[in-house]
Amino acid sequence: MVTVLDRARAVAATVVDPELPMLTLADLGVLRDVEVSALGGVLVSITPTYSGCPAMATMRDDLVRTLRCEGFADVEVKIALQPAWTTDWITPAGRAALAEAGISPPGPAPRRDGPVLLSLGPVRRANRCPRCDSEDVELTSEFSSTACKALYRCRACLEPFDHVKEI
Amino acid sequence: MISDDLLGSEAHWAFGTDFEDPLAGVDTTVPDDIDPAALARYCLMLGDDALVLSQRLSEWCSRAPDLEEDIALANIALDLLGEARLLLARAAVADPSVVPSLPDGSPVPAEDALAFFRSPAEFRNVTMTELPNGDFAETITRLLLFSVWRLAEFESLLTHPDAVLAAVAAKGRKELAYHRDFAARWFVTLARGTAESRRRVLTALAGLWAFWPELDAPADVEVVLDQVFAAADVSRPEVTPARGLGRECVHTEALTDLLAEMQSVARAHPRGLW
Repeated sequence: MVTVLDRARAVAATVVDPELPMLTLADLGVLRDVEVSALGGVLVSITPTYSGCPAMATMRDDLVRTLRCEGFADVEVKIALQPAWTTDWITPAGRAALAEAGISPPGPAPRRDGPVLLSLGPVRRANRCPRCDSEDVELTSEFSSTACKALYRCRACLEPFDHVKEI
Repeated sequence: MISDDLLGSEAHWAFGTDFEDPLAGVDTTVPDDIDPAALARYCLMLGDDALVLSQRLSEWCSRAPDLEEDIALANIALDLLGEARLLLARAAVADPSVVPSLPDGSPVPAEDALAFFRSPAEFRNVTMTELPNGDFAETITRLLLFSVWRLAEFESLLTHPDAVLAAVAAKGRKELAYHRDFAARWFVTLARGTAESRRRVLTALAGLWAFWPELDAPADVEVVLDQVFAAADVSRPEVTPARGLGRECVHTEALTDLLAEMQSVARAHPRGLW
């Protein structure tokens, strides 16, 4: 039997990221939890990717609108700050969708057990060109079109591409 | 005058980032053994540092040496602005008396009231963050000193008894690691580049070093800085420390100019909705 909670979860899981619309918020790991109260109110928890993520308001509005459209009249969205978002939460389906859209998916996030060690050399990643699959890629900048991406260039096909950087 | 019908119930104050509350649903109860006023003051220090430096970094937008650095500086500014928003919101909830009072019915959220409606003499940022940008070498050098210190500060906050502050720090440190390494790489590149780029970096460091003591950095921070200086073949400048009193709300004229620009539109339209 499909419960109200199952249905609310399923609806929330269809909402896509406003900046990466090929990914759902669930695939991105931004959708943390969906709860339904005894009175039928839906409480959705989302977490920001970066502290300054400007898409949070749109995410909230999209969640509220989509759930209302599916018959959930009472919807509230709250912020989950802890634990902090990590690219490790991007699902395999999300990674495949990124690559399909020409964005190189992140590798494993760095372990942060002690102090973050200084890294003066170029960042090394085992990523490939999402267009031609070449491993011969070079980092242009650790910052790109959004806070969560680095900018690369493929030396084989010469196309630039975004890489979701590990965090 | 825009009619209420046009704005509907979705109207937001025009100058915020329009998520009603960056701490929506977060448990913001201050733990019993923490003085709320002290917590708020500390969050204002860290928040004001980020807000003011973010504003300075944004001034580079469309003016950086090349497109990649332009985007990098804007990205870093955005991260800092996000940290500022969370920290100012935390300060406002911990001790509402820090928030400037606005007329009843004002649509301005507390963190925006703190950003746009305080005078320079109410800001607690360190002096280094408010100084004018100077050239690219100066901006990079300031970002290096600031982010080396701030990353270490955030690491020490991971176990802070206030769970909100600890969460902000856990999030921010991941971003600050990218900021610090970006600044450190550029610092080394400029210091080992041409005679002109080296001269500029040394001049920048000599000027900014006087403001380093104001950060009150612990010894392990100095170790990281020394690694960067060694790679850049640069030694610590011998300069007399400046009397930086930013934490006590004493500022240079540069902050007055910065805030005048940053706050002018919000102050002109304190009830602006869209």
